[in-house]
Amino acid sequence: MTAFPSPLVGYLLVAAVLFAIGLAGALIRRNAIIVLIGIELMLNSANLNLIAFWRFGPHPEALTGMMFAIFSIAVAAAEAAVGLGLVISIYRHTNTAELDKINRLKG
Amino acid sequence: MIATDPLLLYQFGNVPTPPQAWIVRWLWLIPALPIFSSGIISLLKQPRRKLASGLSIGSLSISLLLSLVAFAHVVREWAGGFPIRETVGFTWIHFGTSAIDLGWVLDPLAAIMLVMVSFVGLLIFIYSVGYMAHDENFTRFFCFLSLFAGAMLGVVISNSLLLLFMCWEIVGLTSYLLIGFWYQKPSAAAAARKAFVTTRIGDVLFLLGIVWLFSQTGTLLLYNHGVGSLEGLALVNLLTSHAGLGLSAAGAIGLLIFAGAVGKSGQLPLHVWLPDAMEGPTPVSALIHAATMVAAGVFLIARVYPLMQIGAAPGGTTASLTVVTWIGTATAVFAALIAVAQNDIKRILAYSTISQLGYMMAGLGLGGVAVGMFHLITHAFFKALLFLGAGSVIHGCHEEQDIRRMGGLRVDMPLTFATYAIGMLALCGVPIFAGFWSKDGILEAAHHSTAIKGPFYLLIFGALLTAFYMTRQVCYVFFGYWRGHGTAHESPRVMTIPLVILALFAAGLGFIGTPAWPWFQAFLENRMAPLSLHGFAEPGLGMLMLTSSLVVFLGLGLGWRLYGNKSPKPEAPDALEQSAPWMWAPLRDRLYVDEFYRATFIALYAWLARIADWFDRRIWGGIVSMVVWLFDLWAKLNRALDVYWVDGSFDKTCEELSNSGGLLARVQDGRVQDYLRILAVAVIALAGILIWSSRP
Amino acid sequence: MNAVFYLLAAITIAGGVAAVMLKHLIHSALAVTVAFAGIALLFLQLDAQFVGFAQILVYIGAVAILIVFAILLTHGADLPREGVFSKSWLAGLIIAAGVFAVIGWAVLESIDAVPQRNAVFEVSVQKIGNALVGRYVLPLEIVGLLLTAATIGAVIVAMHEKERPR
Repeated sequence: MTAFPSPLVGYLLVAAVLFAIGLAGALIRRNAIIVLIGIELMLNSANLNLIAFWRFGPHPEALTGMMFAIFSIAVAAAEAAVGLGLVISIYRHTNTAELDKINRLKG
Repeated sequence: MIATDPLLLYQFGNVPTPPQAWIVRWLWLIPALPIFSSGIISLLKQPRRKLASGLSIGSLSISLLLSLVAFAHVVREWAGGFPIRETVGFTWIHFGTSAIDLGWVLDPLAAIMLVMVSFVGLLIFIYSVGYMAHDENFTRFFCFLSLFAGAMLGVVISNSLLLLFMCWEIVGLTSYLLIGFWYQKPSAAAAARKAFVTTRIGDVLFLLGIVWLFSQTGTLLLYNHGVGSLEGLALVNLLTSHAGLGLSAAGAIGLLIFAGAVGKSGQLPLHVWLPDAMEGPTPVSALIHAATMVAAGVFLIARVYPLMQIGAAPGGTTASLTVVTWIGTATAVFAALIAVAQNDIKRILAYSTISQLGYMMAGLGLGGVAVGMFHLITHAFFKALLFLGAGSVIHGCHEEQDIRRMGGLRVDMPLTFATYAIGMLALCGVPIFAGFWSKDGILEAAHHSTAIKGPFYLLIFGALLTAFYMTRQVCYVFFGYWRGHGTAHESPRVMTIPLVILALFAAGLGFIGTPAWPWFQAFLENRMAPLSLHGFAEPGLGMLMLTSSLVVFLGLGLGWRLYGNKSPKPEAPDALEQSAPWMWAPLRDRLYVDEFYRATFIALYAWLARIADWFDRRIWGGIVSMVVWLFDLWAKLNRALDVYWVDGSFDKTCEELSNSGGLLARVQDGRVQDYLRILAVAVIALAGILIWSSRP
Repeated sequence: MNAVFYLLAAITIAGGVAAVMLKHLIHSALAVTVAFAGIALLFLQLDAQFVGFAQILVYIGAVAILIVFAILLTHGADLPREGVFSKSWLAGLIIAAGVFAVIGWAVLESIDAVPQRNAVFEVSVQKIGNALVGRYVLPLEIVGLLLTAATIGAVIVAMHEKERPR
């Protein structure tokens, strides 16, 4: 184990890995729900980033990072609800949840 | 009376200048009235015979009255020793500093012509009422006749060469219209055209003369109180300026003006139209081609006589007058020869007219204005008489014109015969009758001329021929027995009364110009005219009169001997033809002048016309076609450019755009993950740039 | 850096990888729940207790359940015929690797300027509450509005359509 110059760097790298994993999931898999899972992972990594910077950055008494993260969680939840609702609706119409089959909005 | 008569007042010195008599101021009415009536007739919607003939005859009668008044006025002037020449002038066009003046003149020459033209014209108008009664174009005939009479009177009184030329041209026009009156006949239409073109040649030279005169003297008025072109300074000016070929300007201009007279009066090179002009109705031939229009040429020379005469030494003559004389003499003999062998009654008279016109020209050249004009006046009367008589004969023989198909008419048409005989005797120059005195005047002048010698003998020969051919004609027509079809009858009174009147004049008119009382010559030359028989006592005059009479009787006798009371069948050859056939053929064929012209001038002209036509079609037409072809080519080129280049490039561009659009559209495939991929790539790129650029 | 951090990091990352790679959707959902938990523990280690517990409540308690419900409603249990990975999975991997590389590069570039405060700041719920209705009241209201709209929207989107009269 290498010693990071700051513990923050570790957290940042973890967040970056998580972000990349979430993105990969959104790009590789065919199922729409996995894409939404990937998106949730990306949002989580962003939250981790925020909290990490709040903890190690200046002015923690402003609670900026924490507030941001809280709101982010709320928004992510709402977005997950709507997104999953859309997937369900699409499944009802096209009888599939696979993204490469759903291309009616093409040019 | 002395206190009121302006002229007497002038003579007695009570007024500085005589006021102009009203007749001189109103002289323009004389030609204007017939022209005006012609205009009215032409505007009539339907032909109205009585109105047309009434207007024409009425207007000409008034003109005759006015002419008589004018004549009386001039006689009074002459008798009283006042200036006999009065002019009225006005400016017509101003251009810059110069101007063109027009005007009219009243002098003895004009007065005599006015009376003659209107009187003879009036008689012929009355005659025409009967002659053209069966013609359906009666109204048109009188319209043209009136126009002619007005224009001829205009020529007579005109003081300006320009006005004279304008009236001259109208006279020519009406001649054309009247010769071709029966235009449905191709021969008549051709004859009208021939007359017009031939006289045109003369008119062009006439116009050149007028222009030269104007440029040399600055005025076209002939008499204008001393500054006219025929007076004083201008004349001397013309004499002294040289024109090349040894001629002075006066001589050259005189010759050019004479060229106009040659055309109009049918002198030798340009005589060919006159015989053909007989295609017109007989009154037309009488009026225009015997009495008046053809006399216009002679009148013209008389009018511009000072121009022709200036520069002549006493007893000598000028170049222009020599030319006039010789052409006149040649014409006289030439035409008389041809007249011998003609068989159409009017054609004989036509050639006779040409011959007599030649006599007049010779008279002008040899003896001066009075000599020529005297013969012109007498000729007008007896030639009109002869033509009207011929018309009566033709009418009575049911439109037959060949003399070989007539005969014995002195029994069937006695009045016509009597008047015709008088006219014929006058023409031949039988003593007592009018023609004798006038023709003798010419012969006397020819005999006395020291400068020009030949014409006298030629003119004597011409007189012989005249007597001969007239006798032949009279024998064929009036003597012997009838060879025509149907029966001949005398003409109605409306035709015979003018004949009688003319016959009286033909018989007695000569007495105003005999040597015993040379009133005519004195009147024209503004000197006194004593009545005395001593006039006959002039040396050589008696011999001359005797000689000419003998010649005439010789001709009459020869004619009677050959033709007498015999009436050969129409198909049989002529008596003269039998005895001298080598002479007969060329004379009958009019000495081949027409054929000569056709072979040379007309052929040349036709050749030129063909060349011009070829030029027009090939060269100019070719150029036009080539320009069209070039334009066409240009249009095609433009179109090709448009279609292939512009459209092509445009279409290609549009296609490319469309294709690339299609290509780009494939990006939008409706697959969310593809969009996400692109987003992620964009993020990588942007972030990379950001980090790269913020490195220290 | 202590071992707890590494352990938690490993759990989280493993959960994420598993969520992405597993074939069965239910397994994915469970794996992502593990990832959520890992992240919640990381929050706790970062002395953000409230956020950590909120994370557990919201993500694991709601979002994961929601995902499971969605899987159930879309018959996610049935495996597709053509395979779970898309045709251009390699391009996706490369892109994800590229993104990681860029972020990592950003971190390592600015490694010298990274803040290093180590002192712990005590955060009480009262402070969070004060901040919420104090400084952050506007975002609070807006998030409230957003949640309302999302709720209504999700219901409308997902509910059975009425038969339209034809």
